[in-house]
Amino acid sequence: MKMHSWGRYPVSDTTLETPTAQGSFAQYLATLREDDDAQTIARGMGRSYGDSALSHTVLATKNIDNFISFDEDSGLLRCAAGLTLDAILQVFMPRGWFLAVVPGTRYVSVGGAIASDVHGKNHHVDGTFCEHVTELKLLLASGTVLNCSRAENVPLFHATCAGMGLTGIVLEATLRLRRIQSSSIEQRTIRTNSLEEAFEKFEQNLDCTYSVAWLDCLATGQNTGRSLLFLGEHTSDEKFVTPGKRSISVPFSSPSFLLNRYSMGLFNNVYFHKPIRAGEVQRIEAFQYFFPLDSIQNWNRLYGRKGFLQYQCVIPDEGALEGMRKILNIVSASCKGSFLSVLKKFGPANQNLLSFPMQGYTLAMDFKFEQGVLPLLDELDRVVADHGGRLYLAKDARMSAEFFQSSYPHWERMREIRREFSADSLFHSLQSQRLGL
Amino acid sequence: MKNILIIGANSAIAKATARLYAAQNDSLYLLARDPKQLAVQKDDLMVRGATSVECAGFDATDFTKHGALIAQALETLGHFDIVLVAHGSLPDQALCESDFDAALEAFNVNALSVISLLNYVIKPMQTRRDGCIAVVTSVAGDRGRQSNFIYGAAKAMVSTYLQGLRGCLFPDNVAVVDIKPGFVDTPMTAHLPKGALWAQPELIAQRIVKGVEKRNSTVYAPGFWRLIMFVVCSVPEVLFKRLKL
Repeated sequence: MKMHSWGRYPVSDTTLETPTAQGSFAQYLATLREDDDAQTIARGMGRSYGDSALSHTVLATKNIDNFISFDEDSGLLRCAAGLTLDAILQVFMPRGWFLAVVPGTRYVSVGGAIASDVHGKNHHVDGTFCEHVTELKLLLASGTVLNCSRAENVPLFHATCAGMGLTGIVLEATLRLRRIQSSSIEQRTIRTNSLEEAFEKFEQNLDCTYSVAWLDCLATGQNTGRSLLFLGEHTSDEKFVTPGKRSISVPFSSPSFLLNRYSMGLFNNVYFHKPIRAGEVQRIEAFQYFFPLDSIQNWNRLYGRKGFLQYQCVIPDEGALEGMRKILNIVSASCKGSFLSVLKKFGPANQNLLSFPMQGYTLAMDFKFEQGVLPLLDELDRVVADHGGRLYLAKDARMSAEFFQSSYPHWERMREIRREFSADSLFHSLQSQRLGL
Repeated sequence: MKNILIIGANSAIAKATARLYAAQNDSLYLLARDPKQLAVQKDDLMVRGATSVECAGFDATDFTKHGALIAQALETLGHFDIVLVAHGSLPDQALCESDFDAALEAFNVNALSVISLLNYVIKPMQTRRDGCIAVVTSVAGDRGRQSNFIYGAAKAMVSTYLQGLRGCLFPDNVAVVDIKPGFVDTPMTAHLPKGALWAQPELIAQRIVKGVEKRNSTVYAPGFWRLIMFVVCSVPEVLFKRLKL
């Protein structure tokens, strides 16, 4: 069947298998092992953007979506890898628990969140998703199941966290949840008129738990880098609102010409100038703060049939301002950016071999797939490389092997571990093939 | 807090429904073919908030054991507020046409076992004069189509049985709900190509919980199937027999 991930690009011919129980994954691997050319990768909700969850055979984890146990005292939750963060939050938020780290959508699986080592708006304080994973159960290519943690099979643990599914199939994981006193977030919005000012505000608010900036990547001249910085803290009013359901849906791919430089420029202008008073404080529900886009089902269809590419880079602190400015200049001159650009300050990197975040700034932008976009992104790659940065594998669909290998210092170690556990005999995504993993 | 017996608990629709009841802190008793999967489900439902979950393995076509299984469930739960019957199989139509044993098996699993099981459920619910019996049948039972009329006929048998049972139990204040799902994306239908009419089991589960709560007679899931089946059933037979449906 034809399959694509969230960006709807690329599209690949794939055999989709959906095992119904944990135990049957090993049987599927055994069948695949009989074929010398077999290539497979696990797939959760398919919310990575590019080709990291595409392969010849894809093993979907959506049917292993069960909770296993929860310890009220420690906040440790054991669950199967196909469970979504949405399911966890639906059950645990009303009881006063929250995930330690959430990405921009709650419709990702636990396995996917581990494979991509996703980050959230609190990265500068709490690190990535995997830093709150205490243990995981991994199915190797051989069919053996291993427990991995910071005490057991340590190298495999750090290769699997952020490992893009390339070490094996995560079957179960233990996560540490965080206590909350309320389901709402106190949001403070700061308007900044330039990139410098946005950086300044990030640095001034490092003690704030959650921070993220929406940035107008189409603004030019004086306005380059203007943004709205959203700071957030959990409140403590003891009110727990049961999370609502998603509201509207994009039923089919809209004609992509609807999203053009004028419509997006207009949207950005209106959004930037929405009436807020300086330093205004609002109380909003957590889902609205963390997952604004989840309220529009299938929003990826807005970019039309050909899909879109999300470009997310990180640049270390010292060159961040200069690098980001160059990137924004290139993007605004190309008139190809779009309305969803996000700027965020990262804390230090972790030990996971292919983890994306590092001390510095990250910028994420969407580009409709159209003529000229691929060369534009290559140009951005050069700026990112010059400033010592790298790209997020969960978003990537097109970076070169050279750029990947020069920007991820531990990639060779990853390849060694893959060899050691024969993962390279079976587990490949289109992305791992492209990147030479 | 309700006491709920779910038969065929490992089916995708039953699983999704059990999760909704667990979130309401209900007590559950699960019967299904694969006890290993039931153990996984038990843990899951406990984390989700169920007050208690007990389970037992069962074979739908081993009619002689049904009485003891239901008795055991009743003893554990004390009484039944809701009994949900959700087990079934999707037989191979072509095989059933050439091999009567396959057709018989399809009728045993999808129809006769339901009647056998309900036989043991009815008495205690009548005595208590309260409760609800919900059975998952199918829109396929509304009209025989050449592509799957063995499955359709089995489901139709159950639907007709439920119609009668509904009247029979009405004086005893026991509701009988016939759940008729359309195309549902489950492991049972994993091999079929999916189109716009397909629904997720979670949606069917919501319809079941609502239908049971309102004690509806027939619940189409999703609701638009009521309209589709009205149209399908309105087509004159002279025309219908010529359609390759």
